[in-house]
Amino acid sequence: MRRIAALARLRLDPAEEERLTADLDHILEAFARLSAVDTTAVEPTAQVEADATPFRDDVIANPAADEALLANAPARDGRFFRVPKIIE
Amino acid sequence: MSALHELSVREAAARVRRREVSAVDLTRDALARIAATDTAVGAFLTLDETGAIAAAEAIDRRVAGGEDPGPLAGVPIGVKDVICTRGVRTTAGSRILERFVPAFDATVTARLRAAGAVIVGKLNCDEFAMGSSTENSALGTTRNPWDAARVPGGSSGGSAVAVAAGQCHASLGTDTGGSIRLPAAFCGVAGLKPTYGRVSRFGVIAYASSLDQVGPLARDVADVAVVLEAIAGHDGQDSTVSTRSVPSYVGTLTGKVQGLRVGLPREYFVEGMQAEVEAGVRAAIDQLERLGAVVEPVSLPHTEYAIATYYLVATAEASSNLARYDGVRYGRRDTRTSLGEMYEATRAAGFGAEVKRRIMLGTYALSAGYYDAYYLKAQQVRTLIRMDFQKAFERCDALVTPVAPTTAFRLGEKTADPLTMYLSDIFTISVNLAGLPALALPCGVDRAGLPIGLQVIGRPFDEETVLRVGHAYEQATDWHTRRPLA
Repeated sequence: MRRIAALARLRLDPAEEERLTADLDHILEAFARLSAVDTTAVEPTAQVEADATPFRDDVIANPAADEALLANAPARDGRFFRVPKIIE
Repeated sequence: MSALHELSVREAAARVRRREVSAVDLTRDALARIAATDTAVGAFLTLDETGAIAAAEAIDRRVAGGEDPGPLAGVPIGVKDVICTRGVRTTAGSRILERFVPAFDATVTARLRAAGAVIVGKLNCDEFAMGSSTENSALGTTRNPWDAARVPGGSSGGSAVAVAAGQCHASLGTDTGGSIRLPAAFCGVAGLKPTYGRVSRFGVIAYASSLDQVGPLARDVADVAVVLEAIAGHDGQDSTVSTRSVPSYVGTLTGKVQGLRVGLPREYFVEGMQAEVEAGVRAAIDQLERLGAVVEPVSLPHTEYAIATYYLVATAEASSNLARYDGVRYGRRDTRTSLGEMYEATRAAGFGAEVKRRIMLGTYALSAGYYDAYYLKAQQVRTLIRMDFQKAFERCDALVTPVAPTTAFRLGEKTADPLTMYLSDIFTISVNLAGLPALALPCGVDRAGLPIGLQVIGRPFDEETVLRVGHAYEQATDWHTRRPLA
């Protein structure tokens, strides 16, 4: 559970950890029924495609990041996002 | 004489275009209705009165100048709060986006505006559209307008309630596993999940990208058709949208189902279903038969695996989609001294219990050692579920089923056990896995007076048949004319 939480960048408190362990056990036990299905030579479906994936020209179509976008920043410095120091 | 807020989308727009009523009057009436009823039902998270009145005034000026503002001219519409609205906060029902204000409109928002609609506000939903009752919203409680002790269904609960309660003439929801159809059924309104690839998701906050679709909710099928026509079609901003042309959905509502082959999947009429729901749906099927439809049994043998398949595929995609909420560029941030701690603290405080549960389940299903057993297996079973439908549609033009095994359940009734809540989606979820269009519409009430929902499922991109069946049924019945909160 801690390994999965670390992969998901979630910090769980001990009560959450206990609850989620029980929930996931219960859910995965019910989902184990999938193993009964014979999927030999069955292709996986990642997405139901309507058309072939189209290509487009590599040109900038969106307007540049402006004040409306930066206004949502939790912390900024001019036109930059501020974050805690990454490299010591 | 009916009040303005009771008018259909078609009638309201027609009156604005004929200058019999102003868009401002329609909008003021909707806002007054919201003021009078929303304390009781809690459909809206954010109201945009200033923006709505300004948009309505602009419509009135265009009409006065001899212009036609479009098929939704002056019609007040509400939008689920996972759909971006420029300058109006868009929260996804989550603390992590509580103060997020989009810099742009979603394509569907822009298309509503281009068709003349007046967007009155943002509607409550389960956090990131994850849920079947709207109880997972971190920002408000939405109640069923037929019984305040019951859930509206979810995740687009606010979208269904606003329409049922007469707060707006139509709304937009999103449907990943039943999130338009379940609340439509629980609240007694019509709601359509379009074919995967029919409607753009650009600017729609993603939950599970191979399943998510935007669709309309309204008080009758013809209104659903009008709104679908306005929002559907190719979008250069979303490469999953088909380039197929958009037909006149309203034009296809002939009221005729003579000779249409309608299949009843036997796996959708199972033990444990509320008896009144089964009786209501069977009566609706008899009605379609009297209208000339040819009803026959079909089988969708992999139905029993749909819940497991869906909750593995959807949570895997969600765990990836929600990785973007890291407190760096927008949304909530819980400041810490290191970047890693900041991510973890922000996500711990910003996400609710169900969102964390799904992120954990999805991360697990994708993780080394479990990927083949869970994620890949689910994708393979998804193929088998699709093939079940392909086979059924070789014989049938449409399938008819209940939307859910029960009518609206009580607030708090299913929150203790996530798996029980997941089972609410048992009849809606396969449609998303197969990418098909499906309509929910009212077909009766139970002893407590709660609406029962009928589901009509169609072939890919055959919204026309699905809407035609629903509309023909409505012409022969009056369930869709019942309203709560008189």
